[in-house]
Amino acid sequence: MSRRYDSRTTIFSPEGRLYQVEYALEAISHAGTAIGILAKDGIVLAAERKVTSKLLEQDTSAEKLYILNDNMICAVAGMTADANILINHARSVAQQYLLTYNEDIPCEQLVRRLCDLKQGYTQRGGLRPFGVSFIYAGWDPQRQFQLYLSNPSGNYGGWKATSAGANNASAQSLLKQDYKEDCTLKEACGMAVKVLSKTMDSTKLSSEKLEFATVGQTKDGKIYHKLWSADEITALLKEHDLAKDENAEEK
Amino acid sequence: MEVLLGITGKDFTLIAASKAAMRGATILKASDDKTRQLNKHTLMAFSGEAGDTVQFAEYIQANAQLYSMRNETDLSPSALANFVRGELAHSLRSRKPYNVNLLLGGVDPITHKPSLYWLDYLAALAPLPYAAHGYAQYYCLSILDKHHHPDITLGQGIKLLTLCTDELKRRLPVDFKGMTVKAVTKDGIVDIEFDDDKVVKSA
Repeated sequence: MSRRYDSRTTIFSPEGRLYQVEYALEAISHAGTAIGILAKDGIVLAAERKVTSKLLEQDTSAEKLYILNDNMICAVAGMTADANILINHARSVAQQYLLTYNEDIPCEQLVRRLCDLKQGYTQRGGLRPFGVSFIYAGWDPQRQFQLYLSNPSGNYGGWKATSAGANNASAQSLLKQDYKEDCTLKEACGMAVKVLSKTMDSTKLSSEKLEFATVGQTKDGKIYHKLWSADEITALLKEHDLAKDENAEEK
Repeated sequence: MEVLLGITGKDFTLIAASKAAMRGATILKASDDKTRQLNKHTLMAFSGEAGDTVQFAEYIQANAQLYSMRNETDLSPSALANFVRGELAHSLRSRKPYNVNLLLGGVDPITHKPSLYWLDYLAALAPLPYAAHGYAQYYCLSILDKHHHPDITLGQGIKLLTLCTDELKRRLPVDFKGMTVKAVTKDGIVDIEFDDDKVVKSA
């Protein structure tokens, strides 16, 4: 019975639901967790890396964090292959805006352009929706630092702290508990590792299971974004006493 | 012999345009407004081939308003100037290019900094503290060179503009029927009362 409504994204079920969109959301809830926290002087994005291997090149393969523009980065939860298409689109849109107006695209506009594309795939026939949620972190002169979350249906919203992927409900409630208005970027980074340590399967974390990125402002007012190196992540974990014991690893 | 003038100051940008609409040697109208408001804090003055000017200006105006409507925010003067430049550059390489020269004045909605952009039909763009188009350049730029200062008040700006128009009345061979003068401030665009009846004796 359900096959009549499942196979096409364009068709509502008798209960008024779009199954393909719901399945896409379901696919994301099995993906590695990603969280974003807005601080007064920046934004931190953190993500759990699912594919870990000693053979994997650490610095050359970012799995979940991407740079979209000079003023914006994003974290991915869901299918990385789908995400690549959307990220490529976002980068083109951002550059096209820069070409016409000689200014960086305002964050919400870039988010909306991506969501328009995602929405299109829930309505126009024969195609499957994108199985990706994004957490966007960016800055623009009008609204300063901003954090957005978008999902496969094409909905998006602005957040102070948010999460996507596996265990995102518990991550969300931890964030709700711990979030402080006008916390600093450093405090937000601390909060991010604490939340991830509780939502991830293993209690002791290591740099190969995590990706970190921040958007901030230098002393002379310039906006920067940074994807963290393995050493920087390890240092942060050590600072919060969440690093995996190095001796235990050798055993 | 159309006159376009622009002057920036401490917290404003003044835009002035001659009132005469001419065709050949004939003045068709003495109350022409060669300006269009693009959004709350950006004003554009235009001169050039009759028909092209208004068509192009209103095309830009419509696009600026569409952007404001879609995005619930206005484009900054600098973004608009670059957009206009792009449109002109595109037109220049078409079969029938627009023959329009422009001054674009505005105040940034966020930083409240005044700005003035000079564009010609070859799609050259220059941000300037003061600017003129056409024959007015020959008579006014030297006056503005001597008397302009970045932090003049609106009153001083209008006085400076009067110096320029007096010189134009003295030296331009035709009557340009006075000027429409508008000031862009952080609160929006205001019409400035400007005395057009003043008679200036030639040298």
